[in-house]
Amino acid sequence: MSATTTKIPTPGSPAVGSSPSGGRLYWAIADMWTMTKRNLIGYTRVPEAVFFSSVQPIMFVLLFRYVFGGAIPTPGYHYVQFLMPGIFVQTVAFGSIGTSIGLAEDLQKGLIERFRALPMSRWAVLAGRTTADLFRNLFVMALMTAVGYAVGYRIGTNVGEYLAGILLLLLFAYALSWGFAFVGLSAPNSETAQLMSFPVLFPLTFASSAFVPLQTMPGWLQGFAKHQPVSVVCNAARDLMSGLPKPDLVFPPFTSIVSNGPMNSTVFWAIVWSLGILAVLAPVSVRRYRRRAF
Amino acid sequence: MTLAIELEDLHKTFGHTVRALDGVSFSVEPGTIFGLLGPNGAGKTTAVRILTTVLEPDSGVARVLGHDVTSEPGVVRSLIGLAGQFAAVDENLTGAENLSMVGRLNHMSKTQLKERSSSLLEQFGLTDAANRPTKTYSGGMRRRLDVAASLVAHPRVLFLDEPTTGLDPASRVDVWTMIESLVAEGTTVLLTTQYLEEADRLAEHLVVINHGKVIAAGTPATLKANMGVTVLDLGLEDERTALRAAEALRTVNEKAPLVYGRTVEVNVNDGPRIVTEALRILEAEGIAPTTLALREPSLDDVFLSLTGDRAEAELAEGVESLPGPGGHRQRHRRGRN
Repeated sequence: MSATTTKIPTPGSPAVGSSPSGGRLYWAIADMWTMTKRNLIGYTRVPEAVFFSSVQPIMFVLLFRYVFGGAIPTPGYHYVQFLMPGIFVQTVAFGSIGTSIGLAEDLQKGLIERFRALPMSRWAVLAGRTTADLFRNLFVMALMTAVGYAVGYRIGTNVGEYLAGILLLLLFAYALSWGFAFVGLSAPNSETAQLMSFPVLFPLTFASSAFVPLQTMPGWLQGFAKHQPVSVVCNAARDLMSGLPKPDLVFPPFTSIVSNGPMNSTVFWAIVWSLGILAVLAPVSVRRYRRRAF
Repeated sequence: MTLAIELEDLHKTFGHTVRALDGVSFSVEPGTIFGLLGPNGAGKTTAVRILTTVLEPDSGVARVLGHDVTSEPGVVRSLIGLAGQFAAVDENLTGAENLSMVGRLNHMSKTQLKERSSSLLEQFGLTDAANRPTKTYSGGMRRRLDVAASLVAHPRVLFLDEPTTGLDPASRVDVWTMIESLVAEGTTVLLTTQYLEEADRLAEHLVVINHGKVIAAGTPATLKANMGVTVLDLGLEDERTALRAAEALRTVNEKAPLVYGRTVEVNVNDGPRIVTEALRILEAEGIAPTTLALREPSLDDVFLSLTGDRAEAELAEGVESLPGPGGHRQRHRRGRN
């Protein structure tokens, strides 16, 4: 360091930050993109983390495909066709824990404190994190598609609908990320953030139609399992990707209430759930970000 | 002229019980270095966080260059730089990427930023490490990058929360030099510290806070004058001898000696003369000290003289574990706390 010899530019010379020439929205998006890039660079610098976070879903595929799968009756079609869309949902749901861990780390390392003192958009820290996680999920979905193919999964509809299914999963994952942002900002540290996430995710992913048909569950559990978001998204993903025989083995929720129109579509309800989660939890998390004491 | 920083009767409570700030007021003239002193948990960081809009106060007023931190946080954020208590750098990014991120979030243009970033990296001796992820940096390098990041957008008021904690003595002097040259260019700096020596070297004015209250304010010189210029530390064989020694040394100075276990402390104005005299008196009493040291008053001593209380136990440990700048901070703490 040679502070004595190097001239330091006069403070306050260019009025940076104070004059958002492009307007609020422009800067909000620019800030979000800066934060997204920062998180994406982070992923490329720790490829091990991305690699090992992909191992777990692959293990689940192998476990259910070859170990448990034989014991799970899915009359009318092969279990792998039932399983893979469920695994996709489970994968992105568990992946959203990454959002809470990442934010808890930022908090722990004092980065959130720094960000809060910067003239940047209040949404950008969370939006940048969740958007980076969206890109990560896109990568994971590509990987899981390949894994699915390797274990015998075949697209039952067409490529267009399959891709629509992936888009739906990404939307759901994005919404969940905003929810887990709240967990990350509430946890004292990243380890605890992870531990706090499991009690939410476990019942949602396992008491769902992700791995087994709901009819195998006791009646009291079916009520919850049928309508909760993971099941709804699983069913929608199955409709779009596997094109399961209808209507007996699809579990469209609320069909008893409304029996025709978009309301009858699993995809519609999956989108409603995702947008609902986003609309409620994103503002809650941003509020948490603004108010979090240290 | 607008004050750089103004606090009026600021209160902040965490939970229902922890009064981090309990009616703090002070003001800082522009273009000066201001020191906020206090032990761990005194409320220094809370004050900085409120001034940098990171936290909101419960009551009271805080202004930066005339702008209220609660009603105009956006304006305040565009005027300030903050280097918080942790070296807040993204470990996965390189040094250059960290600066560029902070610059972009300050809404600087890319060309402006590129120039600024490379000049800061050079100024902080990080040019060679600029393209390495910061997780490979040493603690001192991180801290320097952290301070550099707080300067990217040419802040008019800079907040440094314990900027030298954990730095080796050489890096510490570097940071001091950097702060001094900033102020020479017109920036106002508020720094918090646990070290009187640091405040003494840098700050023109300072306040001492403890338990969320201002317990003293003034120049470093006035604070030190309150308590004698130097401290004579004597280590004795046992506690009884220490008491005897203190009794014997009563006449040596107008301030009575203090006893902590086997240690006797005398605040003195004329060190060398008193050392000779003290030794003469002790010899006459047949007491031979096991250790003897003459040192500058520490923050601990300032607290003692201001409040009659020892500073918190953590502080004592914190001070002790320091690589004592100048080396005269070797303390005898047997039997204390």
